Amino acid sequence: MSEAANSVPNFNRKGSGDSGGMAGGLSASLGSGAARTSLEVFVIILVAVIIIGGAEFLLRWFEVPQYVLPTPSQIAVALVTEFPNYWPHLLVTLKELLVGFAIGASIGFVLAAVITQFPFVEKVVTPYILLLVTTPMLALVPLLILRFGFGSEPRIIAVALASGPMVMINAATGFRRVDRAKIALARSFGANTLQIFTKIRIPMAMPMIIVGLMVGSIFGLLTTVGAEMVGGAEGLGNRLTYYSSLIRMPQFFAVILILAMIGISIYVFFFWLGKKWASWEA
Amino acid sequence: MSAAASKPQDTVPRTRLVVDHATLHYQTRSGPLHALDNVSLDVREGEFLCIIGPSGCGKTTLLWSMAGLINLNGGAITLDGQRITRPNPEIAMIFQDANLLPWRTVEKNIQLPFELKRKAMDRPRINKLLERVGLGGFNDKYPRELSGGMQQRASIVRSLAVEPSILLMDEPFGALDAFTRDEMNLLVQEIWMETGKTIAFVTHSIPEAIFLADRIVVMSARPGRIAAIVDVDLPRPRRVEIQTEPEFIARVMDIKVMIDHQRGARADHSMIG
Repeated sequence: MSEAANSVPNFNRKGSGDSGGMAGGLSASLGSGAARTSLEVFVIILVAVIIIGGAEFLLRWFEVPQYVLPTPSQIAVALVTEFPNYWPHLLVTLKELLVGFAIGASIGFVLAAVITQFPFVEKVVTPYILLLVTTPMLALVPLLILRFGFGSEPRIIAVALASGPMVMINAATGFRRVDRAKIALARSFGANTLQIFTKIRIPMAMPMIIVGLMVGSIFGLLTTVGAEMVGGAEGLGNRLTYYSSLIRMPQFFAVILILAMIGISIYVFFFWLGKKWASWEA
Repeated sequence: MSAAASKPQDTVPRTRLVVDHATLHYQTRSGPLHALDNVSLDVREGEFLCIIGPSGCGKTTLLWSMAGLINLNGGAITLDGQRITRPNPEIAMIFQDANLLPWRTVEKNIQLPFELKRKAMDRPRINKLLERVGLGGFNDKYPRELSGGMQQRASIVRSLAVEPSILLMDEPFGALDAFTRDEMNLLVQEIWMETGKTIAFVTHSIPEAIFLADRIVVMSARPGRIAAIVDVDLPRPRRVEIQTEPEFIARVMDIKVMIDHQRGARADHSMIG
């Protein structure tokens, strides 16, 4: 009868571009991986060569002075030859970012998990979380420096304050997606409250949790660099103010390039995590 | 349990699940909703019971109460004399739209009840069950890679895997097309005849109920009440084709008249009220 129709699986997975639906833009290029054809590789490289080579050519042709905009080759030389100078600052920035983000994200995650269980508490708390999300935490850095000095502490606190609410608000959206039938399913097999949380609620919230972690960590990076520019003598943000005050623009742009690399690494990491843990949500 | 199941068919089957004057009302925004009103019925050992009624008649609520997922306001539900207030390992539920967890493969879905009970899953037995329902080799597929019928087959295996003696099925094939539905009904009949499980099956399709059931409980809506209980003595195994026979159609008409009569009576009543 209709056995054939019923036993042919409906493979709605498209093989390559199955991005997990959590990140637009870059996802198409990042997600396709091995499925890329040699023509696509050629075009990607060609466009990069045209953009970088074109910039090099135009900057030389119009004799743009180095203190206005250095050429890509000058930036590359500054990045490679002076890398040992940036290295300790890179470590400081990464440490502040990781510690601040770990603190903020953990608190944000736990708060989201707890608060969504109590709708009334959620109503009371949400306006303050929104306030934390929308207020630039950089504004607090001068105050934090007054209290904690010029070390890493004020920046770590600022990063935690910037990333935590982002993680919380997104994770809360995930935890709010209650599927009565799935919870009933777990209960019908004898699940207790903790098991319902770990086996049903967390996996169901996972796509939004990962989005929150991604946005939160990018906000954390912005805040780290901003806070380093405000005060202190360490970190990549501090190097930006330092090199620009000395009009050493190749070095300045080399630092920006490092920051961009950190940002992209964060994005790629969470994109990978999303593919791994949340790709079921097409 | 197995001793009881192996009893010869001609002895009077004992009663397993008893619903005794079950009453349930919810508070909704538009006032209290009387979902169940003094519902009494019993489910006998090894029988196939269908519960049918218009939408909103409380048949799903009744089934969820029998599974221990909803607590009653009045009356009681007992399994072998023991009151049911929470889910019982003797009872497994099969939900609407299969209700597979989309982040788990077929095998991991079937493994869920074992994880919850911290027990090891008997893999060869699961593979046998999967093969029995026509899903052999689909262990590592995700639900989204399966058709609706195949998803429901996987969910049936998940429920059979925990070896319950009673299966409660909540409109399991409501979302499937007619052909797939016929296939699934045949499969359920086969599984029921092979395993001797007690099944309570909620549906809003009269032909489906007549095709599957030994007895049909007809419910009326608002408040949810039992309007009639109908015996179906068609010989088994029943073939899909019997649905076109005049006798079968006459049975469908009988039940349809019962439901329409109830709805008509309610409409009249509301006109007066």
